[in-house]
Amino acid sequence: MGDIWEGLASGFWLVVTLDPDLVAITLMSLRVTVTATLIASCIALPFGAWLAIRRFRHRRLVIAVLNALMGLPPVVVGLIVYLLFSRSGPFGVLGLLFTPTAMIIAQVIIIAPLIASIAHQAMRDLWADYHDLLISMSASKWQRVKTLIWDGRRALLTAALAGFGRAIGEVGAIMIVGGNIDNATRVLTTAIALETGKGDFARALGLGFVLIGLAVTVNIVIHTVGRTEREGKW
Amino acid sequence: MVTPVLPLTMSGAVVKRRSKIVLGPVDLTIGGQGLTIVLGPNGAGKTTLLRALHGLERLAQGDTVWQVPLDQARARQGFVFQSPIMLRRSVLDNLTYPLRLNGMAKPEAAQMARGWAARVGLDRALEQPAPQLSGGEQQKLALARALITAPEIVFLDEPCASLDGRATREIETILLAAHASGTRIVMATHDIGQAKRLATEVVFMMRGAIVENGPAAAFFASPKTPQAAALLRGDIVE
Repeated sequence: MGDIWEGLASGFWLVVTLDPDLVAITLMSLRVTVTATLIASCIALPFGAWLAIRRFRHRRLVIAVLNALMGLPPVVVGLIVYLLFSRSGPFGVLGLLFTPTAMIIAQVIIIAPLIASIAHQAMRDLWADYHDLLISMSASKWQRVKTLIWDGRRALLTAALAGFGRAIGEVGAIMIVGGNIDNATRVLTTAIALETGKGDFARALGLGFVLIGLAVTVNIVIHTVGRTEREGKW
Repeated sequence: MVTPVLPLTMSGAVVKRRSKIVLGPVDLTIGGQGLTIVLGPNGAGKTTLLRALHGLERLAQGDTVWQVPLDQARARQGFVFQSPIMLRRSVLDNLTYPLRLNGMAKPEAAQMARGWAARVGLDRALEQPAPQLSGGEQQKLALARALITAPEIVFLDEPCASLDGRATREIETILLAAHASGTRIVMATHDIGQAKRLATEVVFMMRGAIVENGPAAAFFASPKTPQAAALLRGDIVE
Protein backbone atom coordinates (compact mmCIF):
# COMPACT_ATOMS: atom_id res chain seq x y z
CA MET A 1 0.00 0.00 0.00
CA GLY A 2 2.91 2.31 0.80
CA ASP A 3 4.29 1.90 -2.71
CA ILE A 4 0.96 3.00 -4.19
CA TRP A 5 0.81 6.19 -2.12
CA GLU A 6 4.46 6.83 -2.84
CA GLY A 7 3.72 6.26 -6.53
CA LEU A 8 0.79 8.65 -6.44
CA ALA A 9 2.93 11.28 -4.75
CA SER A 10 5.74 10.65 -7.21
CA GLY A 11 3.37 10.90 -10.16
CA PHE A 12 1.85 14.09 -8.78
CA TRP A 13 5.29 15.54 -8.23
CA LEU A 14 6.45 14.58 -11.74
CA VAL A 15 3.44 16.31 -13.23
CA VAL A 16 3.43 19.52 -11.19
CA THR A 17 7.16 20.06 -11.69
CA LEU A 18 6.81 19.23 -15.39
CA ASP A 19 9.72 16.83 -15.10
CA PRO A 20 11.63 17.18 -18.42
CA ASP A 21 12.09 13.40 -18.77
CA LEU A 22 8.40 12.82 -18.15
CA VAL A 23 7.42 15.50 -20.65
CA ALA A 24 9.72 14.02 -23.32
CA ILE A 25 8.49 10.48 -22.68
CA THR A 26 4.85 11.56 -22.64
CA LEU A 27 5.21 13.51 -25.87
CA MET A 28 6.89 10.51 -27.51
CA SER A 29 4.08 8.25 -26.28
CA LEU A 30 1.49 10.61 -27.69
CA ARG A 31 3.36 11.04 -30.97
CA VAL A 32 3.69 7.31 -31.58
CA THR A 33 0.21 6.36 -30.39
CA VAL A 34 -1.73 9.20 -32.00
CA THR A 35 0.06 8.66 -35.33
CA ALA A 36 -0.53 4.90 -35.18
CA THR A 37 -4.19 5.42 -34.27
CA LEU A 38 -4.72 7.88 -37.14
CA ILE A 39 -3.04 5.60 -39.69
CA ALA A 40 -4.82 2.49 -38.43
CA SER A 41 -8.16 4.35 -38.40
CA CYS A 42 -7.68 5.52 -41.99
CA ILE A 43 -7.22 1.89 -43.02
CA ALA A 44 -9.55 0.09 -40.62
CA LEU A 45 -12.63 2.32 -40.48
CA PRO A 46 -13.40 2.27 -44.24
CA PHE A 47 -12.49 -1.41 -44.30
CA GLY A 48 -14.92 -2.17 -41.45
CA ALA A 49 -17.67 -0.21 -43.23
CA TRP A 50 -16.91 -1.88 -46.55
CA LEU A 51 -16.99 -5.29 -44.92
CA ALA A 52 -20.41 -4.50 -43.43
CA ILE A 53 -22.04 -3.71 -46.77
CA ARG A 54 -20.18 -5.91 -49.20
CA ARG A 55 -21.20 -9.50 -49.81
CA PHE A 56 -18.52 -11.71 -51.27
CA ARG A 57 -17.26 -15.24 -51.14
CA HIS A 58 -15.38 -16.14 -47.93
CA ARG A 59 -16.73 -12.99 -46.22
CA ARG A 60 -17.42 -14.94 -43.03
CA LEU A 61 -13.86 -16.25 -43.08
CA VAL A 62 -12.48 -12.72 -43.44
CA ILE A 63 -14.61 -11.56 -40.48
CA ALA A 64 -13.50 -14.55 -38.41
CA VAL A 65 -9.83 -13.87 -39.21
CA LEU A 66 -10.29 -10.17 -38.43
CA ASN A 67 -11.85 -11.00 -35.08
CA ALA A 68 -9.06 -13.46 -34.35
CA LEU A 69 -6.44 -10.82 -35.19
CA MET A 70 -7.86 -8.62 -32.42
CA GLY A 71 -6.02 -10.89 -30.05
CA LEU A 72 -2.75 -10.70 -31.94
CA PRO A 73 0.08 -11.10 -29.40
CA PRO A 74 2.02 -7.81 -29.45
CA VAL A 75 5.31 -9.55 -28.72
CA VAL A 76 4.91 -11.69 -31.83
CA VAL A 77 4.07 -8.61 -33.90
CA GLY A 78 7.13 -6.91 -32.46
CA LEU A 79 9.27 -9.89 -33.34
CA ILE A 80 7.99 -10.02 -36.93
CA VAL A 81 8.45 -6.27 -37.43
CA TYR A 82 11.90 -6.60 -35.89
CA LEU A 83 12.84 -9.35 -38.37
CA LEU A 84 11.41 -7.40 -41.30
CA PHE A 85 13.33 -4.22 -40.42
CA SER A 86 16.54 -5.74 -39.04
CA ARG A 87 19.67 -5.30 -41.16
CA SER A 88 19.30 -8.75 -42.69
CA GLY A 89 15.53 -8.36 -43.19
CA PRO A 90 13.77 -7.39 -46.41
CA PHE A 91 13.26 -3.80 -45.26
CA GLY A 92 16.57 -3.49 -43.40
CA VAL A 93 17.84 -1.03 -45.95
CA LEU A 94 15.30 1.53 -44.72
CA GLY A 95 17.10 1.73 -41.37
CA LEU A 96 13.86 2.05 -39.41
CA LEU A 97 14.60 -0.35 -36.58
CA PHE A 98 14.84 1.37 -33.18
CA THR A 99 13.04 4.45 -34.46
CA PRO A 100 9.57 5.81 -33.62
CA THR A 101 8.53 4.86 -37.18
CA ALA A 102 9.09 1.17 -36.47
CA MET A 103 7.09 1.54 -33.26
CA ILE A 104 4.25 3.17 -35.20
CA ILE A 105 4.29 0.35 -37.77
CA ALA A 106 4.09 -2.28 -35.03
CA GLN A 107 1.23 -0.45 -33.31
CA VAL A 108 -0.69 -0.05 -36.56
CA ILE A 109 -0.47 -3.81 -37.12
CA ILE A 110 -1.69 -4.47 -33.59
CA ILE A 111 -4.61 -2.03 -33.46
CA ALA A 112 -5.90 -2.00 -37.05
CA PRO A 113 -7.76 -5.34 -36.70
CA LEU A 114 -9.26 -4.18 -33.39
CA ILE A 115 -10.52 -0.92 -34.89
CA ALA A 116 -11.76 -2.66 -38.06
CA SER A 117 -13.59 -5.32 -36.09
CA ILE A 118 -15.38 -2.87 -33.78
CA ALA A 119 -16.13 -0.61 -36.76
CA HIS A 120 -17.51 -3.58 -38.68
CA GLN A 121 -19.87 -4.51 -35.88
CA ALA A 122 -21.12 -0.94 -35.51
CA MET A 123 -21.49 -0.52 -39.27
CA ARG A 124 -23.24 -3.86 -39.63
CA ASP A 125 -26.00 -2.73 -37.26
CA LEU A 126 -26.29 0.64 -38.97
CA TRP A 127 -26.33 -1.03 -42.38
CA ALA A 128 -29.19 -3.27 -41.24
CA ASP A 129 -31.14 -0.06 -40.47
CA TYR A 130 -30.16 1.77 -43.65
CA HIS A 131 -29.98 -1.06 -46.18
CA ASP A 132 -33.38 -0.70 -47.82
CA LEU A 133 -33.32 3.08 -47.80
CA LEU A 134 -29.90 3.44 -49.42
CA ILE A 135 -30.63 0.75 -52.01
CA SER A 136 -33.95 2.46 -52.70
CA MET A 137 -32.17 5.78 -53.21
CA SER A 138 -29.70 4.18 -55.62
CA ALA A 139 -26.72 5.22 -53.52
CA SER A 140 -23.50 3.91 -55.05
CA LYS A 141 -21.27 1.61 -53.00
CA TRP A 142 -18.94 4.49 -52.20
CA GLN A 143 -21.88 6.73 -51.21
CA ARG A 144 -23.15 3.96 -48.92
CA VAL A 145 -19.76 3.62 -47.23
CA LYS A 146 -19.51 7.41 -46.83
CA THR A 147 -23.02 7.57 -45.36
CA LEU A 148 -22.33 4.77 -42.90
CA ILE A 149 -19.05 6.32 -41.83
CA TRP A 150 -20.62 9.75 -41.33
CA ASP A 151 -23.78 8.58 -39.56
CA GLY A 152 -21.85 6.05 -37.51
CA ARG A 153 -19.06 8.46 -36.70
CA ARG A 154 -19.60 8.32 -32.97
CA ALA A 155 -19.42 4.53 -32.92
CA LEU A 156 -16.36 4.75 -35.14
CA LEU A 157 -14.82 7.25 -32.75
CA THR A 158 -15.28 4.69 -30.01
CA ALA A 159 -13.56 2.11 -32.23
CA ALA A 160 -10.65 4.48 -32.79
CA LEU A 161 -10.45 5.21 -29.07
CA ALA A 162 -10.34 1.48 -28.34
CA GLY A 163 -7.38 1.32 -30.71
CA PHE A 164 -5.78 4.30 -28.98
CA GLY A 165 -6.31 2.66 -25.61
CA ARG A 166 -4.66 -0.54 -26.72
CA ALA A 167 -1.79 1.28 -28.42
CA ILE A 168 -0.92 3.62 -25.57
CA GLY A 169 -0.78 0.75 -23.10
CA GLU A 170 1.24 -1.50 -25.38
CA VAL A 171 4.75 -2.46 -24.32
CA GLY A 172 5.92 -5.75 -25.81
CA ALA A 173 6.13 -4.85 -29.48
CA ILE A 174 7.48 -1.35 -29.11
CA MET A 175 10.09 -2.53 -26.63
CA ILE A 176 11.39 -4.96 -29.27
CA VAL A 177 11.27 -2.65 -32.30
CA GLY A 178 11.95 0.62 -30.46
CA GLY A 179 14.60 -0.58 -28.07
CA ASN A 180 13.55 1.80 -25.24
CA ILE A 181 16.33 4.23 -26.10
CA ASP A 182 16.46 7.29 -23.87
CA ASN A 183 15.42 10.49 -25.66
CA ALA A 184 14.75 8.53 -28.82
CA THR A 185 12.23 5.72 -28.48
CA ARG A 186 11.37 5.66 -24.79
CA VAL A 187 7.66 5.89 -24.10
CA LEU A 188 5.63 5.70 -20.91
CA THR A 189 5.10 1.93 -21.00
CA THR A 190 8.71 1.05 -21.76
CA ALA A 191 9.84 3.54 -19.13
CA ILE A 192 7.58 1.85 -16.58
CA ALA A 193 9.07 -1.54 -17.50
CA LEU A 194 12.56 -0.10 -17.10
CA GLU A 195 11.87 1.53 -13.72
CA THR A 196 10.25 -1.68 -12.49
CA GLY A 197 13.32 -3.62 -13.59
CA LYS A 198 15.50 -1.19 -11.68
CA GLY A 199 13.33 -1.65 -8.59
CA ASP A 200 12.19 1.98 -8.53
CA PHE A 201 8.56 1.05 -7.98
CA ALA A 202 7.51 4.51 -6.87
CA ARG A 203 8.69 6.13 -10.10
CA ALA A 204 7.25 3.23 -12.12
CA LEU A 205 3.90 3.71 -10.41
CA GLY A 206 4.13 7.45 -10.88
CA LEU A 207 4.62 6.96 -14.60
CA GLY A 208 1.77 4.44 -14.54
CA PHE A 209 -0.62 6.97 -13.01
CA VAL A 210 0.47 9.53 -15.59
CA LEU A 211 -0.24 6.96 -18.33
CA ILE A 212 -3.70 6.22 -16.96
CA GLY A 213 -4.40 9.93 -16.54
CA LEU A 214 -3.31 10.56 -20.12
CA ALA A 215 -5.54 7.80 -21.53
CA VAL A 216 -8.54 9.01 -19.51
CA THR A 217 -7.93 12.64 -20.48
CA VAL A 218 -7.69 11.84 -24.19
CA ASN A 219 -10.93 9.84 -24.01
CA ILE A 220 -12.76 12.61 -22.14
CA VAL A 221 -11.52 15.26 -24.58
CA ILE A 222 -12.50 13.21 -27.63
CA HIS A 223 -15.93 12.35 -26.23
CA THR A 224 -16.51 15.98 -25.27
CA VAL A 225 -15.44 17.30 -28.66
CA GLY A 226 -17.36 14.52 -30.43
CA ARG A 227 -20.47 15.17 -28.28
CA THR A 228 -21.02 11.43 -28.05
CA GLU A 229 -23.47 11.54 -25.19
CA ARG A 230 -25.31 14.72 -25.96
CA GLU A 231 -27.40 13.84 -28.95
CA GLY A 232 -29.19 10.72 -27.82
CA LYS A 233 -30.05 8.19 -30.46
CA TRP A 234 -28.14 9.70 -33.32
CA MET B 1 -36.89 15.09 -74.34
CA VAL B 2 -36.57 12.69 -71.41
CA THR B 3 -38.12 9.26 -71.92
CA PRO B 4 -40.69 8.55 -69.16
CA VAL B 5 -39.93 5.55 -66.93
CA LEU B 6 -43.56 4.35 -67.14
CA PRO B 7 -45.38 2.21 -67.97
CA LEU B 8 -43.84 -0.45 -65.80
CA THR B 9 -44.59 -4.02 -66.73
CA MET B 10 -44.19 -6.94 -64.38
CA SER B 11 -44.47 -10.35 -66.02
CA GLY B 12 -44.65 -13.71 -64.33
CA ALA B 13 -42.88 -12.33 -61.26
CA VAL B 14 -42.29 -14.78 -58.42
CA VAL B 15 -40.60 -14.01 -55.11
CA LYS B 16 -39.48 -16.89 -52.93
CA ARG B 17 -38.27 -17.00 -49.35
CA ARG B 18 -36.56 -20.21 -48.28
CA SER B 19 -37.90 -21.96 -51.37
CA LYS B 20 -41.47 -20.95 -50.52
CA ILE B 21 -43.36 -18.71 -52.91
CA VAL B 22 -44.47 -15.54 -51.11
CA LEU B 23 -45.51 -13.63 -54.22
CA GLY B 24 -46.71 -14.59 -57.64
CA PRO B 25 -46.72 -15.37 -60.32
CA VAL B 26 -47.77 -11.77 -60.85
CA ASP B 27 -48.53 -9.95 -64.10
CA LEU B 28 -49.14 -6.25 -63.64
CA THR B 29 -48.79 -3.07 -65.63
CA ILE B 30 -48.45 0.28 -63.91
CA GLY B 31 -49.46 2.93 -66.42
CA GLY B 32 -48.24 6.50 -66.64
CA GLN B 33 -50.99 8.13 -64.62
CA GLY B 34 -53.17 7.45 -61.63
CA LEU B 35 -53.07 6.55 -57.99
CA THR B 36 -53.04 2.81 -57.46
CA ILE B 37 -54.00 1.37 -54.13
CA VAL B 38 -52.84 -2.15 -53.35
CA LEU B 39 -55.46 -3.63 -51.04
CA GLY B 40 -55.47 -6.85 -49.12
CA PRO B 41 -55.30 -8.38 -45.65
CA ASN B 42 -52.07 -8.85 -43.72
CA GLY B 43 -49.81 -11.36 -45.39
CA ALA B 44 -51.45 -10.89 -48.78
CA GLY B 45 -48.13 -9.88 -50.33
CA LYS B 46 -48.70 -6.13 -50.65
CA THR B 47 -45.33 -5.15 -49.26
CA THR B 48 -43.51 -7.82 -51.26
CA LEU B 49 -45.25 -6.65 -54.44
CA LEU B 50 -44.20 -3.03 -53.87
CA ARG B 51 -40.65 -4.05 -53.00
CA ALA B 52 -40.48 -6.25 -56.10
CA LEU B 53 -41.76 -3.45 -58.31
CA HIS B 54 -39.19 -1.08 -56.81
CA GLY B 55 -36.39 -3.61 -57.19
CA LEU B 56 -35.81 -4.35 -53.51
CA GLU B 57 -36.77 -8.01 -53.93
CA ARG B 58 -34.90 -10.47 -56.11
CA LEU B 59 -37.27 -12.22 -58.48
CA ALA B 60 -37.00 -15.99 -58.59
CA GLN B 61 -38.86 -15.92 -61.90
CA GLY B 62 -40.19 -13.28 -64.26
CA ASP B 63 -39.08 -9.71 -64.67
CA THR B 64 -40.01 -6.05 -64.41
CA VAL B 65 -39.49 -3.83 -67.42
CA TRP B 66 -39.23 -0.05 -67.29
CA GLN B 67 -39.13 2.19 -70.32
CA VAL B 68 -35.57 3.27 -69.49
CA PRO B 69 -32.53 1.31 -68.27
CA LEU B 70 -32.87 0.06 -64.71
CA ASP B 71 -30.28 2.39 -63.16
CA GLN B 72 -32.07 5.41 -64.64
CA ALA B 73 -35.46 4.06 -63.57
CA ARG B 74 -34.19 3.57 -60.01
CA ALA B 75 -33.04 7.16 -59.78
CA ARG B 76 -36.46 8.40 -60.84
CA GLN B 77 -38.60 6.60 -58.27
CA GLY B 78 -39.10 6.82 -54.55
CA PHE B 79 -40.15 4.47 -51.77
CA VAL B 80 -41.72 5.17 -48.39
CA PHE B 81 -41.47 2.33 -45.90
CA GLN B 82 -44.12 1.36 -43.40
CA SER B 83 -41.69 2.05 -40.56
CA PRO B 84 -39.92 5.19 -41.70
CA ILE B 85 -36.15 4.79 -41.93
CA MET B 86 -34.57 7.92 -40.54
CA LEU B 87 -30.97 8.76 -41.22
CA ARG B 88 -29.25 9.66 -37.96
CA ARG B 89 -29.11 13.27 -39.01
CA SER B 90 -31.14 16.42 -38.66
CA VAL B 91 -34.45 16.88 -40.47
CA LEU B 92 -32.72 19.25 -42.88
CA ASP B 93 -29.94 16.76 -43.62
CA ASN B 94 -32.46 13.97 -44.17
CA LEU B 95 -34.17 16.13 -46.77
CA THR B 96 -30.99 17.22 -48.51
CA TYR B 97 -29.57 13.69 -48.56
CA PRO B 98 -31.18 12.41 -51.80
CA LEU B 99 -30.44 15.70 -53.52
CA ARG B 100 -26.79 15.57 -52.48
CA LEU B 101 -26.62 11.95 -53.69
CA ASN B 102 -27.66 13.26 -57.09
CA GLY B 103 -24.88 15.83 -57.00
CA MET B 104 -26.86 18.96 -56.15
CA ALA B 105 -24.83 21.74 -54.51
CA LYS B 106 -25.30 22.12 -50.76
CA PRO B 107 -26.86 25.62 -50.69
CA GLU B 108 -29.31 24.74 -53.44
CA ALA B 109 -30.22 21.46 -51.72
CA ALA B 110 -30.71 23.23 -48.39
CA GLN B 111 -32.99 25.81 -49.99
CA MET B 112 -35.12 23.13 -51.59
CA ALA B 113 -35.19 21.14 -48.35
CA ARG B 114 -36.44 24.18 -46.41
CA GLY B 115 -39.25 24.59 -48.92
CA TRP B 116 -40.28 20.95 -48.54
CA ALA B 117 -40.01 21.11 -44.75
CA ALA B 118 -42.45 24.04 -44.82
CA ARG B 119 -44.81 22.11 -47.10
CA VAL B 120 -44.99 19.18 -44.69
CA GLY B 121 -45.05 21.32 -41.57
CA LEU B 122 -41.56 20.50 -40.33
CA ASP B 123 -40.00 23.90 -40.86
CA ARG B 124 -39.66 24.46 -37.11
CA ALA B 125 -37.86 21.16 -36.64
CA LEU B 126 -35.17 21.59 -39.29
CA GLU B 127 -32.24 21.19 -36.91
CA GLN B 128 -33.88 18.50 -34.78
CA PRO B 129 -32.50 14.96 -35.00
CA ALA B 130 -34.88 13.07 -37.29
CA PRO B 131 -34.99 9.91 -35.11
CA GLN B 132 -36.41 12.04 -32.29
CA LEU B 133 -39.48 13.12 -34.26
CA SER B 134 -42.90 11.61 -33.54
CA GLY B 135 -44.16 8.75 -35.72
CA GLY B 136 -46.37 11.05 -37.80
CA GLU B 137 -43.60 13.59 -38.26
CA GLN B 138 -41.16 10.87 -39.27
CA GLN B 139 -43.59 9.58 -41.88
CA LYS B 140 -44.13 13.10 -43.25
CA LEU B 141 -40.38 13.56 -43.41
CA ALA B 142 -39.95 10.22 -45.17
CA LEU B 143 -42.61 11.22 -47.67
CA ALA B 144 -41.04 14.62 -48.30
CA ARG B 145 -37.64 12.96 -48.68
CA ALA B 146 -39.07 10.57 -51.25
CA LEU B 147 -40.79 13.38 -53.16
CA ILE B 148 -38.05 16.00 -53.02
CA THR B 149 -36.27 14.64 -56.08
CA ALA B 150 -39.51 14.90 -58.08
CA PRO B 151 -39.69 11.18 -58.84
CA GLU B 152 -41.98 9.97 -61.59
CA ILE B 153 -43.35 7.22 -59.38
CA VAL B 154 -43.49 6.71 -55.62
CA PHE B 155 -44.24 3.45 -53.84
CA LEU B 156 -45.70 3.73 -50.34
CA ASP B 157 -46.00 0.77 -48.04
CA GLU B 158 -48.86 1.48 -45.63
CA PRO B 159 -47.49 4.90 -44.70
CA CYS B 160 -50.44 5.64 -42.38
CA ALA B 161 -50.57 2.24 -40.68
CA SER B 162 -49.77 3.49 -37.19
CA LEU B 163 -50.89 7.09 -37.48
CA ASP B 164 -53.88 8.88 -36.02
CA GLY B 165 -56.57 10.59 -38.09
CA ARG B 166 -54.91 13.99 -38.21
CA ALA B 167 -51.51 12.65 -39.30
CA THR B 168 -53.23 10.41 -41.85
CA ARG B 169 -55.06 13.39 -43.32
CA GLU B 170 -51.81 15.37 -43.55
CA ILE B 171 -50.08 12.49 -45.34
CA GLU B 172 -53.02 12.11 -47.73
CA THR B 173 -52.98 15.84 -48.50
CA ILE B 174 -49.30 15.68 -49.41
CA LEU B 175 -49.91 12.58 -51.51
CA LEU B 176 -52.80 14.13 -53.40
CA ALA B 177 -50.73 17.25 -54.08
CA ALA B 178 -47.90 15.09 -55.44
CA HIS B 179 -50.37 13.14 -57.53
CA ALA B 180 -51.89 16.37 -58.87
CA SER B 181 -48.43 17.53 -59.91
CA GLY B 182 -47.96 14.38 -61.99
CA THR B 183 -46.28 11.89 -59.68
CA ARG B 184 -47.51 8.33 -60.17
CA ILE B 185 -48.40 6.81 -56.82
CA VAL B 186 -48.64 3.16 -55.87
CA MET B 187 -49.62 2.64 -52.27
CA ALA B 188 -50.38 -0.38 -50.13
CA THR B 189 -53.02 -0.17 -47.44
CA HIS B 190 -55.62 -2.27 -45.75
CA ASP B 191 -57.70 0.75 -44.86
CA ILE B 192 -60.78 0.60 -47.10
CA GLY B 193 -61.74 4.17 -46.28
CA GLN B 194 -58.35 5.44 -47.34
CA ALA B 195 -58.51 3.40 -50.51
CA LYS B 196 -61.90 4.92 -51.38
CA ARG B 197 -60.61 8.43 -50.70
CA LEU B 198 -57.49 8.13 -52.82
CA ALA B 199 -57.60 5.37 -55.39
CA THR B 200 -58.08 5.71 -59.12
CA GLU B 201 -57.02 2.08 -59.56
CA VAL B 202 -57.12 -0.87 -57.19
CA VAL B 203 -54.98 -3.97 -57.03
CA PHE B 204 -56.57 -6.48 -54.66
CA MET B 205 -54.30 -9.21 -53.33
CA MET B 206 -54.78 -12.45 -51.44
CA ARG B 207 -52.14 -15.00 -50.45
CA GLY B 208 -49.39 -13.59 -52.65
CA ALA B 209 -51.47 -13.26 -55.80
CA ILE B 210 -53.41 -10.48 -57.50
CA VAL B 211 -57.08 -11.39 -57.28
CA GLU B 212 -58.54 -8.25 -58.84
CA ASN B 213 -57.06 -5.32 -60.69
CA GLY B 214 -58.90 -2.42 -62.28
CA PRO B 215 -60.44 1.03 -61.94
CA ALA B 216 -61.29 1.99 -58.39
CA ALA B 217 -64.86 3.02 -59.11
CA ALA B 218 -65.68 -0.35 -60.67
CA PHE B 219 -63.93 -2.25 -57.87
CA PHE B 220 -65.82 -0.49 -55.11
CA ALA B 221 -69.15 -0.56 -56.97
CA SER B 222 -69.10 -4.19 -58.05
CA PRO B 223 -66.20 -6.31 -56.92
CA LYS B 224 -65.74 -9.38 -59.09
CA THR B 225 -64.52 -11.78 -56.46
CA PRO B 226 -66.20 -12.97 -53.27
CA GLN B 227 -63.07 -12.12 -51.26
CA ALA B 228 -63.11 -8.49 -52.45
CA ALA B 229 -66.84 -8.26 -51.80
CA ALA B 230 -66.31 -9.61 -48.31
CA LEU B 231 -63.52 -7.11 -47.65
CA LEU B 232 -65.69 -4.22 -48.80
CA ARG B 233 -68.58 -5.42 -46.62
CA GLY B 234 -66.24 -5.22 -43.67
CA ASP B 235 -66.04 -8.97 -43.14
CA ILE B 236 -62.85 -10.54 -41.91
CA VAL B 237 -60.84 -11.75 -44.88
CA GLU B 238 -57.88 -14.03 -44.27
